Amino acid sequence: MVDFDVVELPEADHVDVGDEAPDFTRPLVGDEYWRDAALSDIDGPVALVFFTMDGAFPATYMWNEIRDRGWGTDDDLTVVGVSISTPYEHKRFVEERGMEYELFSDPSAAVGDLYGAVQDLDGMTGIREHRPAVFLLDDDHAVEYAWVASEWPEFPDYDEVEAHLDRL
Amino acid sequence: MTDPEITLYRLQACPYCERVVRKLDQYELDYESRFVEPMHSDRNAVARLTGKRSVPALRDERTGVTMSESGNIVDYLDRTYGEAAAGGS
Repeated sequence: MVDFDVVELPEADHVDVGDEAPDFTRPLVGDEYWRDAALSDIDGPVALVFFTMDGAFPATYMWNEIRDRGWGTDDDLTVVGVSISTPYEHKRFVEERGMEYELFSDPSAAVGDLYGAVQDLDGMTGIREHRPAVFLLDDDHAVEYAWVASEWPEFPDYDEVEAHLDRL
Repeated sequence: MTDPEITLYRLQACPYCERVVRKLDQYELDYESRFVEPMHSDRNAVARLTGKRSVPALRDERTGVTMSESGNIVDYLDRTYGEAAAGGS
């Protein structure tokens, strides 16, 4: 796809198909305010999307694509994101994109650890963030589909995700 | 988990909001915190609720009351959940 070298990430021991999605509580940010919310507060099915910090181009690409494809615009699916950005940054990101989705703020990346999808950032000492990842959860929050980036940068196979969405 | 019946719109580090929080905690009331932005113009959710953009703003589903200004809110909480309300003597 690209003619430059991409960075291979170490293998991730991530949450996988058949696992129960680990629950967590973090501030969930919309375009008007944020409040603590648990993943378990969200009725399934859920598309849980991990992404890079707001402002990095992969974050923009991923959410523009998801927005343009209209994931979650019917009532059957809730799409939520997770990155290390603060609620203030998330709120601006949501507003600027004009997106209907809400984003969890996880500055410690502990939710990323819980799902086995984190990476250290070369040249940004002390910052760990979520690897791009997509987890599709069924009505009972069992994982139906899991993809975690193994290269940097790497993007979800949106068509493949959509094929799984139809089966949720 | 059921949603708390009290919703508090607040601003991070706002002393007037913290005053309301202390009162809610004193009466051991369950509440949901909704954090808004420092910029007044970014507080449409609050404006829709109270007609004003100031925080703290509180909505109590149990009584149907919506109000802003910490002094008013604290008085309301005292009246509704304080000893005078609970004692009934």
